[in-house]
Amino acid sequence: MRNSINQEVLLELDNVSQYFRLSRDKVLKAVDQISFKIHKGETVGLVGESGCGKTTTGRTILKLYTPDTGHIYYKGKDIFSFNHEEDKRYRKEAQMIFQNPHASLNPRMTVKDIIGTGLRIHNIVKQNEIDDRIEVLLRQVGLNKDHMSRFPHEFSGGQKQRIGIARALSVDPDFIVCDEPISALDVSIQAQVLNMLKDLQRKRDLTYLFIAHDLSVVKYISDRIIVMYLGTIVEEAEAEELYRNPQHPYTKVLLSSIPTADPEQAKKKRRLVVQGEVGSPINPTDSCRFAGRCPNAEKRCHEELPPLCEISPEHKVACFKVNQYFSPWQSQ
Amino acid sequence: MPEVVLELNNLEYSFKTYGGVVKAVRDVTFEVRKGEILGIVGESGCGKSVTVQSILRLNPEPPGFFQGGSINFAGKDIIKLSNKEMRKIRGIEIGFIFQDPMTSLNPTMRVGKQIEEIFVGRTGVTRAEAKQKSMEILKLVGINEPERRYRQYPHELSGGMKQRVMIAIALVGQPTVIIADEPTTSLDVTIEAQILEILKDLQEKYQTSIILITHDLGVIAKMCDRVLVMYGGKIVEEGTAENIFYETAHPYTSGLIQSIATLDTSKDEELIPIDGTPPDLFSPPIGCPFTPRCEFAMEICGELFPEHTRVSEEHYSHCWLLHEYAPEVELVSVKRKQDDETAESPNKEEIGGNV
Repeated sequence: MRNSINQEVLLELDNVSQYFRLSRDKVLKAVDQISFKIHKGETVGLVGESGCGKTTTGRTILKLYTPDTGHIYYKGKDIFSFNHEEDKRYRKEAQMIFQNPHASLNPRMTVKDIIGTGLRIHNIVKQNEIDDRIEVLLRQVGLNKDHMSRFPHEFSGGQKQRIGIARALSVDPDFIVCDEPISALDVSIQAQVLNMLKDLQRKRDLTYLFIAHDLSVVKYISDRIIVMYLGTIVEEAEAEELYRNPQHPYTKVLLSSIPTADPEQAKKKRRLVVQGEVGSPINPTDSCRFAGRCPNAEKRCHEELPPLCEISPEHKVACFKVNQYFSPWQSQ
Repeated sequence: MPEVVLELNNLEYSFKTYGGVVKAVRDVTFEVRKGEILGIVGESGCGKSVTVQSILRLNPEPPGFFQGGSINFAGKDIIKLSNKEMRKIRGIEIGFIFQDPMTSLNPTMRVGKQIEEIFVGRTGVTRAEAKQKSMEILKLVGINEPERRYRQYPHELSGGMKQRVMIAIALVGQPTVIIADEPTTSLDVTIEAQILEILKDLQEKYQTSIILITHDLGVIAKMCDRVLVMYGGKIVEEGTAENIFYETAHPYTSGLIQSIATLDTSKDEELIPIDGTPPDLFSPPIGCPFTPRCEFAMEICGELFPEHTRVSEEHYSHCWLLHEYAPEVELVSVKRKQDDETAESPNKEEIGGNV
């Protein structure tokens, strides 16, 4: 699955920004000039605190928003210059699993309709085979055909999330944006869904963008991880590398805040507690977004936005202090 | 052993609904000792919130009602108290931090007024004193510029700030017990770390007892002295944090430990989920509620709830596997790390300041 160097790029974000105009002089910069690539068959984890733009990124990729700057390329083509035909295909190939299973299923539709709509629109199978196909999908996510005629309220949270997953899978996608698919579920159910996502990826060669704030889960499922802070990417690395060798001060704080399920370790471990809270994404200045909370910040951090620089193969960091240390020539 | 400040004996709490009676809490017995942090862990619907809310009688009654048992606090049985007497306990002797700071503050009242409310109707506290006390508390929970915050409304504060205000409200009456019902669930990890730090400090400084409810085993490991594991309205295992994590003696606890992904979980490892779903409390199972999901279930498990079995000094479990006639099984628990492995904190060099 790994080894991205010889793998084709499935999706590429180039300098994408997504702003929301709140009033005449207020702009909320949810996502600000981010670029990254997703290779075929890999899982990219996107982490950050609430309001950092991870969900907006996922939604922009699926054309639920139109970005203010930049381009998104899918299999080499700009998704915003697609013609009707290509657009329909893209919407079939790229799917989303939503965060809140209780709110993302239509309460007035039966499970059969929820899953079957995509099948019908995209003519995936013949009319008379739709029921069989739904049954297969339900079995794949651990439900059975008795569930077909039921309504969403008759299911538990874990089961609803499975229906959401079956819906995403129904149209044979290549790429799925998983927007916090397990954060609304109970601990004992989370593992069931995680295992299922991994299993499906193996069987169907899926590519995931996995959005989450639970860092242990992200580490478990991702090949590569992107850390966001207030609309910007602060660090990007392979999963193992990021956890072993975090460079950006924010990543360090984030990693040290992970609670360990081991009393002796947890009580011994010193957490790096940063003062203050995430700033506001409304009219941000052109500076490092973390500068206000960063203990190492110097004058320059408050004046310029640090670029994302590669400090070792596949490991990129956006921090003046780190970049300076690794590649002094870049800071001139 | 430190003195016991709060004691629940065979508590039974149910709700009347159109579908029948939901037995949310069944035969729950535990004690809270002075100055300890007692964790209660369990899935949603296991009865942990109902249990602690019944201590302050915060459940809506009706439909909720006590079916049996007693709650002993400061020589009184809370179940028998009148509403007027309850008001003297709520917030003053027992503080409560709610799960969702976004919805549990009054949006039409200034923050300062909400903190001071505790003093309303109490003799011997003047307005100025009340204000001064609230200001001190705000500072204590890490709010900068308390003067300004005091006059703000909840919507002007961020989530972390609101949770600090909630803690301030719980604290201002200087209660002997604070109940924190998932105090960090809706917060981000870096803010969660700050809030947990505050709670820990308070407990050390004032010897307040804290009941901490959470479903996050990491939070339990970090914070708690003793832990109760609840499932299907019953306590299935109790013991010190070390007992629960290292010497797990109940299949459910063991299942929880196995099902979480930790930083040490390798990518190729399968997580081991607990199959099935929690029991329906309309008709709670007669035997052990975990039976249908338990891989070691025996015939007796479905018929009779297992006894309160002592595993070691402070460690009790309700499981037939502990019976002398039961087969020996190996339950998975967290492995104690040797000391030389422990320096694996993700960053060796401290990032200075503000730690």
